[in-house]
Amino acid sequence: MSPWRAAARRFRRNRPAVAGTVVVAAMAAAALLAPLVTVDPLAQPDPVGLQDRPPSAAHPLGTDPYSRDVLSRTLHGAQVSLLVGVGAALLAVTLGTGVGLAAGLGGRRTDEVLMRGVDVALALPRIVLLLAVFAIWDRAPPAAVVVLIAATGWFQTSRIVRASVLGLKQADFVAAARALGSGRGGIVRRHLLPHVAAPVIVSASLDVGNIILLEAGLSYLGLGVRPPTPTWGNMIMDGKDVLLSAPWVALAPGCALVLTVVAFNLAGDGLRDALDPKAA
Amino acid sequence: MSGPSRAPLLEVRDLAVRFTGFDGVARAVDGVDLTVSEGETVGLVGESGCGKSVTALALLRLIEPPGHIAHGSSVRLEGRDLLALGAKEIRAVRGNHVALVFQEPLSALNPVLRVGRQIAEAIRAHEAVSRSTARWRAVEMLAAVGIADAERRAASYPHQLSGGMRQRVLLAMALACRPKLLLADEPTTALDVTIQAEILELLDGLQHKLGMAVLLITHNLGIVAERTRRVYVMYAGQIVEEAATERLFAAPAHPYTQGLLAAVPRLDERRERLRAIPGQVPPATAWPAGCRFHPRCPYAWEKCRTEMPPLLEAAPGQKARCWLVQEPGRRKSRPDGEVTK
Repeated sequence: MSPWRAAARRFRRNRPAVAGTVVVAAMAAAALLAPLVTVDPLAQPDPVGLQDRPPSAAHPLGTDPYSRDVLSRTLHGAQVSLLVGVGAALLAVTLGTGVGLAAGLGGRRTDEVLMRGVDVALALPRIVLLLAVFAIWDRAPPAAVVVLIAATGWFQTSRIVRASVLGLKQADFVAAARALGSGRGGIVRRHLLPHVAAPVIVSASLDVGNIILLEAGLSYLGLGVRPPTPTWGNMIMDGKDVLLSAPWVALAPGCALVLTVVAFNLAGDGLRDALDPKAA
Repeated sequence: MSGPSRAPLLEVRDLAVRFTGFDGVARAVDGVDLTVSEGETVGLVGESGCGKSVTALALLRLIEPPGHIAHGSSVRLEGRDLLALGAKEIRAVRGNHVALVFQEPLSALNPVLRVGRQIAEAIRAHEAVSRSTARWRAVEMLAAVGIADAERRAASYPHQLSGGMRQRVLLAMALACRPKLLLADEPTTALDVTIQAEILELLDGLQHKLGMAVLLITHNLGIVAERTRRVYVMYAGQIVEEAATERLFAAPAHPYTQGLLAAVPRLDERRERLRAIPGQVPPATAWPAGCRFHPRCPYAWEKCRTEMPPLLEAAPGQKARCWLVQEPGRRKSRPDGEVTK
């Protein structure tokens, strides 16, 4: 049985991981289907008469202070969260893998320059960095949020990849491949990447939850993806002033946020257990 | 015997490999000359740490920093200077003209790739063939190295194979492009004795079929006696003796060779203890002055401590790096009372 299929079997036997995957999939489906099944999240059918209404048949999760449908906004908010979370994690992993390979395979000097750069970057608090950028860049499009979060999130991955590459470089099977005339590109593709893939996938999947939280935090502070586009962060912001009188406004996106992050973390933990039985 | 009619396939002159470390420069290989003719089987024997594996790696320029091949070394394959080739050209030689088989069959195979794919990779590194052709040839190679049900085995992962089968897979990888020279670095050390014999038998057969030369690197004198025509004995980074195999076993000229042969336990002799060469191989960062073997040599005298002997002709076709060749009178009774020669 191939190592990947063996890992898939281990993953399927891990109940929390499967549950997490199901929740993530459901959330993704809801986000994609939101425009079809819910009302316009920006619609204010009756701006003054429909403020902070409790859940009803017309508005299953009630309305917010601007008379907008909370269910619709929560589902549309999932789009932003998942897009930013998954997109930034993928981009960060790609960047980190590239830099890690370069550091591990390049000469001593390349390695030194790249890794000391990573040390410096890791010393800067990510959230402060992002706050500063978005405070200046007022109308950053969602794509910019993805790129900037990724640009500040690949450091750990590059370290993981570099460490694996340094170890693998010494492996007999790499020496054997070189002795039989394989070029550097072939060795990277066939011998290094498959071995690096497992830790990288794990770190990426665990990162998604963190990034979703980070994005929500930025939105809560009114940065990043801007209102009126619904995000879980700015919805919680809208709800905080009416927390006692209309708790559903903050509770709906808050629960969605917790549920999604927990689900991603469970799936990520499951992936780690499945892909790296030794670490479990 | 190595007939003079054979053309030299591989000619190594003054090969030196140095490693720069914290405790100085290690001269792991220091002025090695060796020649392998087409189709010939040559042994390279020596203790662990004498530089025999490094020699094999250096022949294919696989020495990684902090090691390097010193200036003035020359490795010629069919007259072509391998040390002068560009990165791409040397890659075209590796595996294609000269292949290397490693000693640890498990670690030399990538655990996450099917073995068929790994053999196909070796083929595709040198020949512009399609994936399916390479795969088909990989299966063929597996059958050629005596793996039953090759088709199915090609889809196996290394951990699903036995040690002997893994070594066969490594052989298949090495031989896939029909190299002219195979460097076999302790190809059977990790295997148990019966499998060893099988693998060596297989290697013999393939060698005849493909007409390739083999440089058999080993510390096992039994294998050398059985499988090689000529032998180089290595000690402390140098060749200390070179002779036709029969001659070497019948009349070793260098005290180190004599010590090695005496250390082999024999069935026709009753001994309380195994005989060992006293002392240890010195570290490569601090070879002794003069003859490198002198601290362990029962015959050493003043000259040995100060002057390094060159390879001296002890008999036709036999050379030894030992002053005794010039002063045979100094061979006296050995410390244990046994008289040599």
